[in-house]
Amino acid sequence: MANVRVPAMLRPAVGGERSVAADGRTLRELIDNVDQRHPGFAGQLLDPDGQQRSFVNIYVNDEDVRYLGGLETPVAEGDVISILPAVAGG
Amino acid sequence: MSETNGTANGTVGPALSLDQARRYARHIILPEVGSIGQRKLLAAKVLLIGAGGLGSPAALYLAAAGVGTIGIVDYDTVDLSNLHRQIIHGHANIGRPKVDSVRERLADVNPDVNVVAYNELLTSENALDVIKDYDVVVNGSDNFPARYLVNDACYLLGKPLVDGTLFRFEGRANVFLPGQGCYRCLFPAPPPPGAVPSCAEAGVLGAMCGVIGTIQAVETIKLLLELGEPLVNRLLLFDSLSMEFREVRIPRDPNCPLCGDNPTIHELIDYEAFCGAPVTTLG
Repeated sequence: MANVRVPAMLRPAVGGERSVAADGRTLRELIDNVDQRHPGFAGQLLDPDGQQRSFVNIYVNDEDVRYLGGLETPVAEGDVISILPAVAGG
Repeated sequence: MSETNGTANGTVGPALSLDQARRYARHIILPEVGSIGQRKLLAAKVLLIGAGGLGSPAALYLAAAGVGTIGIVDYDTVDLSNLHRQIIHGHANIGRPKVDSVRERLADVNPDVNVVAYNELLTSENALDVIKDYDVVVNGSDNFPARYLVNDACYLLGKPLVDGTLFRFEGRANVFLPGQGCYRCLFPAPPPPGAVPSCAEAGVLGAMCGVIGTIQAVETIKLLLELGEPLVNRLLLFDSLSMEFREVRIPRDPNCPLCGDNPTIHELIDYEAFCGAPVTTLG
């Protein structure tokens, strides 16, 4: 199980939870796993073609997955997944 | 585009007066600051983009710290709905230009400070001219077109950019040094218009502005004095509900169209077209 930390903007998609546990060998599998329980979650992170949205960053243990293996980045037991949508408030 | 270490020009201002020695005594007694450091602050020029939630605490602390020239860009007027978080403005300032309110407040905080007010919209036409004379830029804008505009202008001019954002109970802060990554490396493209709610739509805990804006002031002073380890290539995340600070790494993207190995952006572009939304620099 990995721990997905959900930012305020995306919490409505997971029933208001601040973090959710998820299974998967890769980031994509993990997102699918969360989406099975919270339909619509994946659509917040991925475009209709299943690619990562350019304004939503995903980190596995504080590393941006764009510089790792993208959605195929391996995820291990206990990893922490952080999701950061772009925000502009100031 | 030449790379810089991102620090200020390091100019040391004239010797401190007796009043200044008293005013800044608790800075001067810090070995890392001292009289020379304080004189550097007095000679420094910092530009604040937006006199809003982030710009308010940043401006107050930078002025109190004795940053000698503080530029402020904001074309808005003070609204009642600003006052729960934009602490530089008072009730009596409602309806007045924010830059006037800032100028008066900072003059009271510290008469050493020269406030340069830009009561105008920052645009692709004027941004380079406005920013070019400053040592550090503090971003407190509240929309994506302004964030990409400020990012690109700072990179093209080789200026350090101290960034901060707010959303509800969460905040982020980091420093972009030219050549070491930029906002486009962090977010290659803006969200489609309407996909991400603004603070006006989503709300923000007013005191959050103090946390993030003050961190921006601290990072600015560190850059000016070349102290410590700035938030470079690190994005600081603050969640006030869990009262947690965390960091994620934000590397420079070698494919970045602005600061990558083969850049395609060499001048400011049309940011309204890029973001599909109008540029504003309101805080």
